[in-house]
This record gives sequence, C-alpha cells and structure tokens, in this order.
Amino acid sequence: MASLKELRARIGSIKSTRKITSAMKMVAAAKLRRAQASAEAARPYAAAMRRMLGELAAATKGEEGAPRLLAGTGQDKIHLLIPISSDRGLCGGFNSNVNRLTLQTIKKLQAEGKTVKLLPVGRRALSFFTRDYADLIVDKVTGFSGKDVPFSVASDLGDKINALLEAGEIDVCTLVFNKFRNAMTQVPACQQLVPMVMDDVVAKADAASTTAEDVAQYEFEPDEATLLAMLLPRNLQVQIYASLLETAAGENGARMTAMDNATRNAGRTIDSLSKVYNRTRQTNITNELIEIISGAQAV
Amino acid sequence: MPIQIEIISPEKVLVSREVDMVVMPGMEGDIAAMPERAPMMLLLRGGVVSLYENDTVTDRYFVGGGFADMTATRCTILADEAKPVSAISIDNATAQLEALTEVWDKADKNDISRLDVLQEKILSVRAEIDAGSSGF
Repeated sequence: MASLKELRARIGSIKSTRKITSAMKMVAAAKLRRAQASAEAARPYAAAMRRMLGELAAATKGEEGAPRLLAGTGQDKIHLLIPISSDRGLCGGFNSNVNRLTLQTIKKLQAEGKTVKLLPVGRRALSFFTRDYADLIVDKVTGFSGKDVPFSVASDLGDKINALLEAGEIDVCTLVFNKFRNAMTQVPACQQLVPMVMDDVVAKADAASTTAEDVAQYEFEPDEATLLAMLLPRNLQVQIYASLLETAAGENGARMTAMDNATRNAGRTIDSLSKVYNRTRQTNITNELIEIISGAQAV
Repeated sequence: MPIQIEIISPEKVLVSREVDMVVMPGMEGDIAAMPERAPMMLLLRGGVVSLYENDTVTDRYFVGGGFADMTATRCTILADEAKPVSAISIDNATAQLEALTEVWDKADKNDISRLDVLQEKILSVRAEIDAGSSGF
C-alpha cells in the first residue's frame, strides 16, 4: 500500500490537473461562443452566393465549355482529399475522427485504382498523414486554428485548389471535416467541392424562377460566362471558409466536452484517493496505538 | 418607395436597411440601384458604394470588388472585403499598394491571367486610398 506521503502527492497533482482542465473548459466554452457567432455571421454571404450561383447556373444551363470548377475535368482519376483538423489536441476524438475517415477514403479510392493526393489542413492531420502517406501530400495549411479564422486562409486554399485543377493535376476534390451539430456532437463527413454538386442549387434556381418575385429575366454584366468564372472560385472559397469555421467551432465544442469529462474524472479520482488516504491514516493510527498499548502492557 | 440594401462580406453582414438609391462601382462603370429596377447581376470593381436617402449620401462603404444582385425591391452586394469609408487606414492601404507594386515588378510579364488579377488588386487598393483621402 502506498504511503501517506505518496498519496498526498498524488492527490495534490490530480488537484492541479483538475484546475487546468476546468480552466481549459472555460476557455473552450468562451471560444466556442465566439466561433459559433462567426460561423453564423458568415452564413448570409454563403446563402446569397448560392442564390446568385443558382440564377447563373440556370441561365448558362446547357451551354458548352463549362468551367472546370463546375464540371470538373471530365475524368475521375486523381482525387485530392483535404482533411481539416485542428492544430492542437486535447479535444477528444475530434481530430482522430477526421483522420480515420480520411484514411478509410484513401484506402477505398486506392483500392479502386485511383490516385490520391492529400492537402492536410491543421497540424494534427498533417502529422498523422506525414507518418504513412508523406508522398501523397502536395501541400499543407497550418497555424491558424484556435484564433479567429481569417477569410484569407480559405481564399488561399481555394486558389491552390483552382491552380491544381487548372494544371490538370487533380480531377476531383473533396473536403473531410467535422460537421458541427452542437457543442457535444461533431460528425465527420466528406463534402465534394469539385466537380460541384449542383443538384440542390439548380433545383432551388428552378423553384426560384417560377416564384413571383423574380419572374423578370436577369441581366448580366459582364456576360454570364464571365460572371460564372468569377463567382465559382469565390464559391469554392466560401465553402472552404464555412468548413473552417465549423471546424473551429467543433474543435472548441469537442474540447469543452473532453475537458468537462476530464474535470469530472479528476474529481472522482480525488474522491477515491482521499478515501484511501483517510483509511491508511486511520490504519496507521490504530497500528501505533496497538504498539503503544502492547508496549505498556509488557512493562 | 425604398429599396432594401444589404452589403455582405464573407465574415459578416455590414449593412441591411432600406434606402432610396445605391450607387455602386460596376466593372464597366458605376451603376445605381433604384426601386423597380430590372433584375441584374453585376461584377464590381474596387470602389465606393454610396447609399442615398432623400437625394443625399448618408453612408459610404468601400468594397474591394465583388458581386451585386439587384431586383426590383432589393440589392445584395457580396463584397470581397467591405468597410465604412471612415474606417479606411491610408497607411495600411499605402503599405499594401507598395507590397503589390513589388509583386507586380517581380511577376512574370507573360502570365497574363496573373497580371490581370494583380492589376485589379492594385486598382482596388488605389481606389481605397482615393476614397480614404477624399474624406467624408
């Protein structure tokens, strides 16, 4: 059995761990609120973008020579996967969920004979994939999570994808990230960026054009094709930005939950250790008393 | 009859209210959005969006390029970046212009598409400096 001194030291160290985890929980909760607010603030732009894209897609429907961002390269050989993780750990299964889903997707695609390329976002995904798949990594983005996500991160990433696509180095591009359900649950999911999944947008556009508000035909300046060519890269950036914001919110949500659990576990461990400590102390006192009494009787 | 104007940057909604007229910098010239206008989609260059109420300018916002979507009752401006003209920092903008000029000097002069993008950025920053220094 551990001595009293050892027990005291262990209780002390767990108490300070509990202080740290509960402080981290508070910080994560505060950051979560901020991240959620900025995710919500970014929604109107994405919504308006979708509406415009729907109008444009409806206007250019059936025309030839659609931009690659919209239609892809017409092939399905080289896949670019973009796992979005956080830069720091201590947030439960948040990062490993994304990494695991990416890993499964890589294996599935490779089994189908496709070439896979990786563009990890966040240090956790980068270090995970550097271990086994270093030769697949074409680029990386790290060092922004934990702060407010600037739009420039998303626009740079969008430009990189666009450049790879135009150079013919990728055919399909997919994001893997944690969808933010609520502070407790984040669901890892794949979202295809290129070629764009237009079904819902076009359906919405068809629905919109039949409603009374926008019956009149849209004018475009400059022409539809030029506008579409300008709007598509923006839309790509906006989608990436949305997923970055969701990741930021999810990271803090996951950390809050993980730290809450850790704090509770620490409390429980302190309780049980204190019980052992008190019992040991009593036993020691009893032993000492027995020794004294039996000593006195012997005299 | 007023028109609903929204200026939205990727980060947030800057303005959402009713005004009489909005003048915005279209890629091919300035355009005003007024009530009962035919629906139109427009590519914007960097410049100043002015909001009019009763024939006077009430607010001016700088947008660094973007898109506008106008209908009879509303006008939505999707700006790449947007801020009130009063919030422009001329020092920052000047530094940005210098950095861009440097990039321009180093850029491959045969890469037309890249030069186009750079030129647009430079024009946009110049417009920002102009807007900021004109005061309001």
